[in-house]
Amino acid sequence: MAVTVLAPPARAANRPTAVGRDRRELFFSAFCGSVLVVFAAIWVLPLLWAVDTSLKPEGEIANHPTAWWSDNWTLDSYRSLLSQGHMLDWYLSSFVVAALTVVLCVVVCSMAGMAIARTRFPGRRVAFTVVAAGLFIPPQVLILPLFQEFGLVHGLNTYWALILPAVPTSVAVLIFASFFGGIPGELADSAQLDGAGWIRIYSRIYLPLTRPAISAVSIFTFVWSWNNFLWPLLVMTNPRTMTLPVGLSQVSSAYGIQYAQLMASAVLGALPLLVVFLVFQRRIVEGVATTGLGGQ
Amino acid sequence: MTALRTVPAGTGSGRRRDEARSGWLLLAPFALLYLAFLIGPTIYGLVLSFSNASVVHSGLRGFAGAGNYLEALTSTDFWSSMWHTALFTVLTTPPLVVLALVLAVFVNRIRTHRWFFRLVFFAPYVIPSSAVALIWTWLYTPQIGLWDSWLAALGLAAPNWLADPNWAMASVALTTVWWTLGFNFVLFLAGLQDIPRELYEAAAVDGAGPWQQVRRLTVPLLSRTTVLVLMLQIIASLKIFDQIFLMTQGGPNYATRPVIEYIYDIGFTDYRTGYAAAVSMLYFVVVFAVSLVWFVASRRAQRKVL
Repeated sequence: MAVTVLAPPARAANRPTAVGRDRRELFFSAFCGSVLVVFAAIWVLPLLWAVDTSLKPEGEIANHPTAWWSDNWTLDSYRSLLSQGHMLDWYLSSFVVAALTVVLCVVVCSMAGMAIARTRFPGRRVAFTVVAAGLFIPPQVLILPLFQEFGLVHGLNTYWALILPAVPTSVAVLIFASFFGGIPGELADSAQLDGAGWIRIYSRIYLPLTRPAISAVSIFTFVWSWNNFLWPLLVMTNPRTMTLPVGLSQVSSAYGIQYAQLMASAVLGALPLLVVFLVFQRRIVEGVATTGLGGQ
Repeated sequence: MTALRTVPAGTGSGRRRDEARSGWLLLAPFALLYLAFLIGPTIYGLVLSFSNASVVHSGLRGFAGAGNYLEALTSTDFWSSMWHTALFTVLTTPPLVVLALVLAVFVNRIRTHRWFFRLVFFAPYVIPSSAVALIWTWLYTPQIGLWDSWLAALGLAAPNWLADPNWAMASVALTTVWWTLGFNFVLFLAGLQDIPRELYEAAAVDGAGPWQQVRRLTVPLLSRTTVLVLMLQIIASLKIFDQIFLMTQGGPNYATRPVIEYIYDIGFTDYRTGYAAAVSMLYFVVVFAVSLVWFVASRRAQRKVL
């Protein structure tokens, strides 16, 4: 209808007709769709297989390791994991660490972002350069000196050893600074005329306006903290206070070839963030897109 | 206006002093933590790298000069771990960039169910590395693993995935592609959103088929995103530790040990802190150089647009 009106009649002769074009488009879309379906199947498969294995009795896996169907579906492996293992302790540790890291990171980094973007003070350019330089230091390089530092103050095996080094994040400061920089300065000027101090201007006027930045930084700090591995592996050696990824890395020596147990641990380990992702799908994807964050 | 400005809060210079003090006050918590957990350790690490420090004895135990660096640069273990990190980067970067690009372009061409593919491809990215390692070690298990049984059904002999020195790195790379592709995929999807629909319509009117549109229009217009994804991927791949440590422990016979695991081994198993710090610094130089290339390139790209 609208298409026929828009089709240029004069030049149509030596070009593909609208009908031919539509057919090519349709064919190409179908081709894209089928390729995508194949890859989606490949991508889902490992997770499905893990869930499938975790729901079978160990004996059946030993006899028919690659059978998809079971005659005796069971939740036994989950039951024994939750009642005997340290799974719940690990959930708690990971949650406490990730939540505290998020709160402190948002508060501390947004304050710094405000200082850099909105207040004028001598040394501001130097401060900005020093913060930006942090982008280039891979955290893996700092592990040895940090380990000695925490050993010195007897901070190893405490949550603080996991939380505090993750709080001052250059990326987060720069994201907040760019958001604060985008808010008109007149807001601060008029608030000052009303006698508001800078701390008040920050917390009451500017911070509430940066909700997208807060949610992006929160989600990524949470995911990053939850999945962080090398540093917690070195710092947390007590099985009761380990974080989830560190705990999971030890289960293969504990359960050996009990594949249902192993897969149940993997599924329980994957579950919390998968649920978070399902709930916040749109926000997370937007956050990746606008900030390019989370490159680990 | 000027009159108004000076009335409530006293003199202008007083207010500026107040602003400067508040600026420092807002920056202070960050500055303290940054000093304690980033700048301090960086400098301390640099000092350590020139010392004979070890975990067993406290203190720096004497100045080693460039000794640690010379030892690293002449050590075959160091160079083979650097090579493994480079090999992992070379194996993972092309598929993680190209496949993510292709899948994103394809998703962009279909009309419905986009959310479904976004969900499926991105979901593995939020799973902890140790859960990924558990699942994929099970898939790779010789004889009773799913991959082996499928290859056997096709009449093919399966390699001894993680236990064969020739296959171990490729197997870990394959797992990594599955695990992290979604991140690049989403970056590409975002880049695709910035290409106006009218361009495709105009191209279609001019007789360009869908395949030509992708080749002549989409891919060139996406080049800035592609460069960004490529650089982020190289930097991320150079940081490889988790998957290899969890799936092969650097083996078989150190055939996959990456440089971070080498640092971990000499620093925390052999207790040679000074030497490990020197290796960290050498590794840092490599990552820094790559980051700098990216930084300069993206600055230049931005300036061109402005």
